[in-house]
Amino acid sequence: MHPANSVILFNTFSGLGFGLLFWLGMGVIVPTGTSAFIWFAIAYLFAVGGLIASTFHLGHPERAIKAFSQWKTSWLSREGVCAVFALIVMAIYGAGLVFAGARLGITGFIGAIASLGVVFTTSMIYTQMKTVPRWRHWTTPAMYLMLSLGGGALLAGQIKIAAVLLIAGGILQMFAWGSGDTRFKASGTTMESATGLGHIGTVRAFEPPHTGTNYLMREFIHQVGRKHVEKLRIITIGLAFLLPVVLLILPFSHVFAALAVVSHIAGVLTLRWLFFAQAEHVVGLYYGKR
Amino acid sequence: MSLDQPQLDTSPAVSDEVRKTTCYMCACRCGINVHMKDGKVAYIEGNKDHPVNQGVLCAKGSAGIMQHNAPSRLRAPLKRVGERGSGEFEEISWEEALTMATDWLKPIREQNPEKLAFFTGRDQSQSFTGFWAQGFGTPNFAAHGGFCSVNMAAAGIYTMGGAFWEFGQPDWDHTKLFMLFGVAEDHDSNPIKMGIGKIKERGARMIGVNPIRTGYNAVADDWVGITPGTDGLFILAMVHCLMKAGKVDLEYLARFTNASVLINEDPKSEQFGLFLRDKDGQPQVIDRNTGKLAPWNGKGVEPDLAGTHRAKGVTHRPVFHQMADRYLSDEYAPEAVADRCGIPAQRIRALAADLARVAFDEAIELDRPWTDFRGKKHDKMVGRPVSFHAMRGISAHSNGFQTCRALHVLQIILGSVEVPGGMRFKPPYPKPATAHPKPHGKVTPGAALDGPHLGYTQGPEDLLLHDDGSPKRIDKAYTWENPMSAHGLMHMVISNAHAGVPYKIDTLFMYMANMSWNSSMNTGGVTKMLTDKDENGDYVIPHIIYSDAYSSEMVAYADLIFPDTTYLERHDCISLLDRPICEADGVADAIRWPVVEPDRDVRGFQSVLCDLGARLGMPGFVNEDGSQKYQDYADYITNHIRRPGVGPLAGFRNEDGSGKGRGDVNPNQIQNYIDNGGFWLEHVPENASYYKPFSMDYQDWAVKMGFYDAVQPYIFQLYVEPLRKFQAAAEGIGERQPPEHLRERLKVTMDPLPIWYGALEDDQVDLDEYPVHALTQRPMAMYHSWGTQNAWLRQIHGHNPLYVPTKIWEANGFAEGDWAKVSSAHGSIVVPVAHQASLNANTVWTWNAIGKRKGAWALDEGATEATKGFLLNHLIHELLPPKGDGLRWANSDPVTGQAAWFDLRVKIEKSAVPNEAQPAMPAIKSPVGKGPSELDWKVGK
Amino acid sequence: MTQLPPLSAKKLGLVIDLDTCVGCHACVVSCKGWNTENYGAPLSDQQAYGANPSGTFLNRVHSFEVQPEQGEAQLIHFPKSCLHCEDAPCVTVCPTGASYKRTEDGIVLVNESDCIGCGLCAWACPYGARELDAKEGVMKKCTLCVDRIYNENLPEEDRQPACVRTCPAGARHFGDLGDENSDVSQLVAERGGFDLMPEQGTKPVNKYLPPRPKDEMPEFDVLAPYLEPVAQDGKGFVGWLDKALSAMPGGAK
Ligand SMILES: Nc1nc2c(c(=O)[nH]1)N[C@H]1C(S)=C(S)[C@@H](COP(=O)(O)OP(=O)(O)OC[C@H]3O[C@@H](n4cnc5c(=O)[nH]c(N)nc54)[C@H](O)[C@@H]3O)O[C@H]1N2
Ligand SMILES: Nc1nc2c(c(=O)[nH]1)N[C@H]1C(S)=C(S)[C@@H](COP(=O)(O)OP(=O)(O)OC[C@H]3O[C@@H](n4cnc5c(=O)[nH]c(N)nc54)[C@H](O)[C@@H]3O)O[C@H]1N2
Ligand code: SF4
Ligand code: SF4
Ligand code: SF4
Ligand code: SF4
Ligand code: SF4
Ligand SMILES: [Mo]
Repeated sequence: MHPANSVILFNTFSGLGFGLLFWLGMGVIVPTGTSAFIWFAIAYLFAVGGLIASTFHLGHPERAIKAFSQWKTSWLSREGVCAVFALIVMAIYGAGLVFAGARLGITGFIGAIASLGVVFTTSMIYTQMKTVPRWRHWTTPAMYLMLSLGGGALLAGQIKIAAVLLIAGGILQMFAWGSGDTRFKASGTTMESATGLGHIGTVRAFEPPHTGTNYLMREFIHQVGRKHVEKLRIITIGLAFLLPVVLLILPFSHVFAALAVVSHIAGVLTLRWLFFAQAEHVVGLYYGKR
Repeated sequence: MSLDQPQLDTSPAVSDEVRKTTCYMCACRCGINVHMKDGKVAYIEGNKDHPVNQGVLCAKGSAGIMQHNAPSRLRAPLKRVGERGSGEFEEISWEEALTMATDWLKPIREQNPEKLAFFTGRDQSQSFTGFWAQGFGTPNFAAHGGFCSVNMAAAGIYTMGGAFWEFGQPDWDHTKLFMLFGVAEDHDSNPIKMGIGKIKERGARMIGVNPIRTGYNAVADDWVGITPGTDGLFILAMVHCLMKAGKVDLEYLARFTNASVLINEDPKSEQFGLFLRDKDGQPQVIDRNTGKLAPWNGKGVEPDLAGTHRAKGVTHRPVFHQMADRYLSDEYAPEAVADRCGIPAQRIRALAADLARVAFDEAIELDRPWTDFRGKKHDKMVGRPVSFHAMRGISAHSNGFQTCRALHVLQIILGSVEVPGGMRFKPPYPKPATAHPKPHGKVTPGAALDGPHLGYTQGPEDLLLHDDGSPKRIDKAYTWENPMSAHGLMHMVISNAHAGVPYKIDTLFMYMANMSWNSSMNTGGVTKMLTDKDENGDYVIPHIIYSDAYSSEMVAYADLIFPDTTYLERHDCISLLDRPICEADGVADAIRWPVVEPDRDVRGFQSVLCDLGARLGMPGFVNEDGSQKYQDYADYITNHIRRPGVGPLAGFRNEDGSGKGRGDVNPNQIQNYIDNGGFWLEHVPENASYYKPFSMDYQDWAVKMGFYDAVQPYIFQLYVEPLRKFQAAAEGIGERQPPEHLRERLKVTMDPLPIWYGALEDDQVDLDEYPVHALTQRPMAMYHSWGTQNAWLRQIHGHNPLYVPTKIWEANGFAEGDWAKVSSAHGSIVVPVAHQASLNANTVWTWNAIGKRKGAWALDEGATEATKGFLLNHLIHELLPPKGDGLRWANSDPVTGQAAWFDLRVKIEKSAVPNEAQPAMPAIKSPVGKGPSELDWKVGK
Repeated sequence: MTQLPPLSAKKLGLVIDLDTCVGCHACVVSCKGWNTENYGAPLSDQQAYGANPSGTFLNRVHSFEVQPEQGEAQLIHFPKSCLHCEDAPCVTVCPTGASYKRTEDGIVLVNESDCIGCGLCAWACPYGARELDAKEGVMKKCTLCVDRIYNENLPEEDRQPACVRTCPAGARHFGDLGDENSDVSQLVAERGGFDLMPEQGTKPVNKYLPPRPKDEMPEFDVLAPYLEPVAQDGKGFVGWLDKALSAMPGGAK
């Protein structure tokens, strides 16, 4: 899959933003006044910024409102609805903290769940894709939630929670990669099933339908070298999980904490890039590429 | 949920008006419906009533709208202002352009008409351009047939009065086994596809003989991946098997072919190898009724195949005996040819057996009575349902003429020509060689040529040679180098004119041929010849006039450009006098008409010739008072008379449009055609639908239609006597003698019975060094060089790899994305490679004419066509490499002069990936700028 | 609405004959032509005359090479457009309802004025049957020529998809695959029509007819009797000729 910048930014930052909102809503930290304003501003900057980034890849962002209509079937629609709901609820909760210094506990709790709901619905957009076997697995929502929670905790300065979640996240991610690597094959979709010609013999793409590129090739066919992948996976684990944990375990310092956040974000960006770049869409089979 | 479904208008208006005309993107000439919106072309689809395509349309035809709108269209006449080849031009007025041309041409016409060489390329108006050239008086006219497929056409005409495509087609409705030789696409583009569809639908079988298994050959039930250039051997081996097993149609051979005609077999006789003729000159057969000699066409005669005749001490045997002697010999046994052809002997036998089985055991009969030319009445039409079709794969070799002959002979011994289920001619064919004109080349300054340029020689006396033996024509057509060059040799014009051999010319006038690019062998060399200057600093070829509609590579090499219209903006006429659009069951012709008016200062080329002809005062183009005779081409189409009652269009003749075939001029003829959908069709009567050459029912109808003026039945020429006459001359018989260096070659190649000899190139290149055959194929979705300017088609074929078979792929350790250096005895190219397993193990190939010159066709200079695309033509040469005899032999068939594109031998080695395909020629300046970057074409927005 | 409608009885679709398709791209271009001028936004082209041209097409023809265990490799031309799936994942993922499957005939369409161009439907389609138009920013796909097949402004015989009408080889068939007596259903039954990627569970309406077995000429020895020699050389041949001619009706006297 084409690793589009807008989508990588969206996934990374709104994940973090909603993660932070989750911890805020759960009342793990309960800032008030200006401090609450800053916390919520950061969370909203990440969550909404990510959402806005995601509209950059739309052909018609001005019609985005229509995307709320199909919540009965469409995970993207559900995500939209959920996001608006979560943002509104958390805004009420935040307003209470900022302006009244009051913690509307139930509201926060609902907002927190809704925030996780956003992350979950986002993940389901990918998980539902039968066409991308690597994504179609419980690890996809698990990782989304784990990253969101871990990153959120990190942002929220919850060192212990963050460390535990990040370690768990790293392990989960490694498992997801490992199992993901086998899934295209396991999906049973092959050149032979794509063409129905397997009963004759081994199928190979001969001449493509067009010598140049097209939307499908740009969007779905992205080949990354194996070596490249290995390196990036190590970098990802290092930046997103290991380094932040190490920095957190070290005696607390604002510099270290900031570095941990930066490192984590850089790691998650790489992780998201890999999430797309490594995902192979079955349509590539028709082009003899994956 | 249905409530939520948007309301959809499923009956939107399709267009304001449909204008019916004829497609132009190839010589198939399908009928098209041009849908118009707001006076603009909105959509093009096939015309369901049209005899050629019956509604279907190929990719090129459907993309016609993009051809018509192409940004590469020329906009006004151009005068060269920079060096030739630079692309620097100035737009001028038509008056200036025509004055310039007249100033160059008038003195030539008055003094040395042969100093004008007028050659036309992808042309569909040869009977008109030929008429113009004849009026001018130059012998130097031809169209592109010499580099295209003259082998096929000439072999067909000499053997049976027609070949494939424009001449004939398989009986798609009845055939049970269809064998296709060497075709990727052909001119008969849609009909072949429709035919294959019909065959498949009926569950009949198809065999593809081709080194490459793509396209038609990919859908064939059996694929014979033959070694290029060996089809003649393969075919004659099947002839061997069939004759040996007696699986030949004796009745058909005896009655309808010259298998029964007696030949003089006395090596000492002047008549050796010629037919025994009676006082009237009629070839003789033995009549089985009487056992006596009789003319071949005598009433009631039953020609014998077996008997021999001795007279005055000379033995005469029927042609069929000679065939038995030759083809039963072990030389043609499958085992003897298998390795060379790359086909196991068993397979050859099986294929021959299959042909025999279908032809004889699955014979069909139609209940249609007919009468033959000997007066014999037949109550049925017996069909041998095996059919063949072939094209350039067998003709574009230096042994192509004889190979095409061999295929015709195979069809004929199976009795499958002009019978139900076999191969059928399309009126006005068949027409034997003797019914065609002979070539003419007598020049008289200031006057017309003595007759039509091109025709069919019947012997050495018909060659176009001066008394000193030098050629009359610039292309050396009809000389001992290629005595039966029925279409001329367009590919030799530039190199001969450049060399000044046989003489120098003043003006090269070309039309619709990309001669500085894909239609020339040796592209780099030819561009040099076009730009070469003499010691005075003048161009060696002093003037070049060219007509093109688009900014092609060739435009840059002309001094004066006549910009043509697109095919939707002009009148054209697809005439029975030319290459008609008929089908086996009907005679048909068609027109094009301006469905839109040009929005640029361009003119239809034929109309320009009407004007130029008048300015030059040429006969046929001026009235008695010297005024211009035809105001434009439409005027010519309507009012020109070739023979009494016969004009360019055969339909709707006479004032009231009632005339069919023959009739007076009809001033409303073009409108009648438009009203009829752009074409005219008349069905062949049922009892004349097969056996056309032999059928009086057909012959009478043909005369009525005006195909010829008197009935002229004939029999198929398995043995071609004119070939023997040239061969005899080479043996020293007769007045007119070939030059010594050609004698041996003529003896071998002018054999009156089909033979096979290896490609001439094979004798002159080191086959150990260049072991690989290199071919091109037409892509179905591209037309030569000019599909590239089409925004839609160029996305399908924007560059071309060299396809390499598994063996060579692995030997070179190639991987996807690799490039290779490919070299021939003439040059080398560096190009991308791709793997193909379904390919003859010793053959590489690429799509033809995808590679483009930078700056041409209004494309960006970085276009993949120019950076990754390539031409194989850089590796091919119009001459063979020197062999040390001081001569340079032409890379052409020695009988017809057909360019031997497919004889090419190469070697291939892995190369580093270059920046772009090599050789990369410098960019030419575009006289029309560049196309827009984005298109969202919609007329009815 | 992106919920799939209850299965319609009528299932319009295409049957594509891989035994007959010669790979000419005629269907590709006629589709481009019709759909540029008709339904919705024109199918645009970027860098149309530039270095790297690319554009929207609703139908594309691939080609595949198949190597059997025994015998020569085969080449198969493979046209592909939307298969109008019964369980169309492209429809259910659409957040706006722009993608829908028609209740009356099962045609899957995009209502362009609702489409936000998110691309999800193309992600969900396993067949690459949807292309986002780079100029218009909306999703384009095969409409099964819904503006032709019912179009009363067209003569009855022309009420079929542009690609079917133009296919020179007759490799494309259009009809109601929901009616088992229809020509297309019978063709599918006779020739063993199959689904692409059945494991994806999309239940395509369009079917493909497999190439017939290739290179299976009747075995040589079965045919041997046909080519029993009658003569080994020219002389013997003439002897045979004499006999054969006499045996013919109206034979030699
Ligand atoms: N390697 C290799 N080379 C080959 C062949 C091969 O098989 N292999 N095949 C050969 C054969 S058979 C042929 S026929 C030639 C074909 O080669 P060409 O005859 O050169 O054919 P085109 O490339 O179509 O070029 C025709 C020219 O006509 C122009 N033209 C197009 N439409 C119009 C119009 O309406 N009016 C005018 N006035 N001009 C127009 C085009 O712009 C173009 O410049 O190529 C030959 N070259
Ligand atoms: N789409 C499209 N149609 C065209 C044209 C075009 O440019 N595009 N050009 C038109 C013109 S000018 C012409 S002349 C015709 C030509 O039409 P075709 O005769 O189909 O010509 P080519 O495409 O050159 O294909 C030659 C075929 O012969 C095969 N071949 C080569 N050598 C041998 C051999 O020794 N033996 C056998 N058995 N096969 C061999 C090649 O593999 C190839 O498949 O097409 C016309 N139609
Ligand atoms: S075959 Fe194609 S290009 Fe040729 S005339 Fe017919 S539609 Fe036009
Ligand atoms: S082929 Fe693709 S676009 Fe068409 S209905 Fe099926 S899933 Fe949807
Ligand atoms: S691109 Fe358009 S049709 Fe496709 S899912 Fe998005 S909104 Fe729906
Ligand atoms: S049915 Fe219509 S829209 Fe679909 S591929 Fe065919 S021509 Fe294109
Ligand atoms: S038009 Fe017909 S034969 Fe040509 S590619 Fe399309 S389906 Fe195949
Ligand atoms: Mo040609």
